[in-house]
Amino acid sequence: MRGPGFLESIEATFPGAVVGSQLEAIDPWIEIAPARLADVCRWLKTVGEPRFDALQCITAVDWFEPDAKKAAKVSWQPHLELVYHLWSTPARASLVLKVNLPRWSGDVAGHLPELPSVTGVWRTADWHEREVYDLSGVLFTGHPDLRRILCPEDWVGHPLRKDYEMPLEYHGIRAR
Amino acid sequence: MSNLIDDDPRIIEFDVRTDEMLVNMGPQHPSTHGVLRLVLRTDGEIVSETEPHIGYLHRCAEKIGENVTPRQWIPYTDRLDYLAAMNMNLGWALTVEKLMRHGVGEKARHLRVLITELNRIASHLVGMGAYGLDLGTFSPFLYAFREREKILDLFEEACGARLTYSYITVGGATADLPPGWLQKCEAFLDQFEPIIKEYHALLTTNAIFVKRTAGVGVLSREMAIDYGCSGPVLRGSGVDQDMRRDGESLYTGMYDGYAFEVAVQKDGRYPRDHTYPSVPKEAVIGDCWHRFFVRMLEVVQSMDLVRQSIDRYAACREPLGEPLKLAEKLPVGDAYLETEAPKGQMGFYIVGNGTSIPWRVRARSSSFSNLSVTHELCRGCLIADVPAIVGSLDIVMGEIDR
Repeated sequence: MRGPGFLESIEATFPGAVVGSQLEAIDPWIEIAPARLADVCRWLKTVGEPRFDALQCITAVDWFEPDAKKAAKVSWQPHLELVYHLWSTPARASLVLKVNLPRWSGDVAGHLPELPSVTGVWRTADWHEREVYDLSGVLFTGHPDLRRILCPEDWVGHPLRKDYEMPLEYHGIRAR
Repeated sequence: MSNLIDDDPRIIEFDVRTDEMLVNMGPQHPSTHGVLRLVLRTDGEIVSETEPHIGYLHRCAEKIGENVTPRQWIPYTDRLDYLAAMNMNLGWALTVEKLMRHGVGEKARHLRVLITELNRIASHLVGMGAYGLDLGTFSPFLYAFREREKILDLFEEACGARLTYSYITVGGATADLPPGWLQKCEAFLDQFEPIIKEYHALLTTNAIFVKRTAGVGVLSREMAIDYGCSGPVLRGSGVDQDMRRDGESLYTGMYDGYAFEVAVQKDGRYPRDHTYPSVPKEAVIGDCWHRFFVRMLEVVQSMDLVRQSIDRYAACREPLGEPLKLAEKLPVGDAYLETEAPKGQMGFYIVGNGTSIPWRVRARSSSFSNLSVTHELCRGCLIADVPAIVGSLDIVMGEIDR
């Protein structure tokens, strides 16, 4: 959404919720504070103009470089980035929201970071959040049925994490 | 309120109540279009709950994408929606081109329209034929595959493959069409056009078909948007949206100068509906029949677009040009693009970090979201209606499980 004043109207309604933005990018995006995400999304769907009545996609990007040599050269701190692509059916416009999370809650490896679920806003989020939980390891609080969706229920680990290692075997089947 | 209760089949069934039973449909059930497993909670013939279990075809294509260059990932996109591989190639190629801010020439543009619309016809033919199978009629399947075969022959001549083409690629296409191909394509269209009437006679207006689909699995407009449905499923519910017209300029620019009407019912009428059979009076907007009918209209629409693109392509005198190199450096940044694939809006997302291998690749599947609405549509329906409803969504498991 490139319209002037749009970013300002979110900032005015939710002071402190917008923590960053890049309006010059290929797909301009707005970064939202994790705790405010569900409120901002509900507002975007029901009050804001235009109404973003559809959620296209939720993606988690793992910013982590497992190779220590390469990790010394990168310009970012390790983190998880969630990208929400919204769509407005009446206005035929799109909007990109980003949320930054720590890779592990409290920096304890194995403790998944938490984020409020937007299932109550768009039903699309139901399966998409299950997929992000399954493959990237994010706990969505308030999700009605947060289970693995693509991997088997007893699978260990989250394959789209950059430090994921394929298990040696699964139920007696050699995996690597 | 009393009416509501009277109409609820679960309540009527209460008189003859038996024990609730969990029924597994799939993953090898013939009518589930691949390895989809549905767990039904049934009471007699009435289904009270449906739960799709997916992932049997999961191979983490997105993780593979983080280890190869974008052009090397093109063959993997073939295996997403394997019934419309050209459209998958195009979606990914355009997304990478969007990130690299790279445009293609006129000839490549018309070639892409030509090839993807032809693939849309092939995909809808499978959708139509397989839907007949779901409902217990075998002959439409044979009619559909007879014509699809001719499209596959055309594709084979253009790129050497019959299913996984990898033809459209980043920066254009791998090769130009062979000489004489356009004439063959035109001959196919001339021969195919009158056959569509037969399809309408076999299914669209068939009394049994109408009985099985009209008024079954009604998906309301609001629910369709809320669940992120797209493509014929969304348009079957009366939402006027087609990414070829409403999408990003990078994609809609491909269709600049092309004339087509979005196949959606407006004011109770479909575009040019005098040439097609009329809507049966039992059909309600958003039901299985409408989803099927929108696909049939799109076959005609795509034929029209193919004819237009043949003329435009033939008028281009310059050479097609070479696609981008196999390992081209990607800029830092991200790009997301949705294209109108036959099954719905197919989205690709790419994050570049300055090397030739993407940092993150994401495929947003249309069938994934379309399937997620099943449990709403199947609530309170008969067991025999479950294949009718799931079939009308026209899903492909390769794309859902990725």
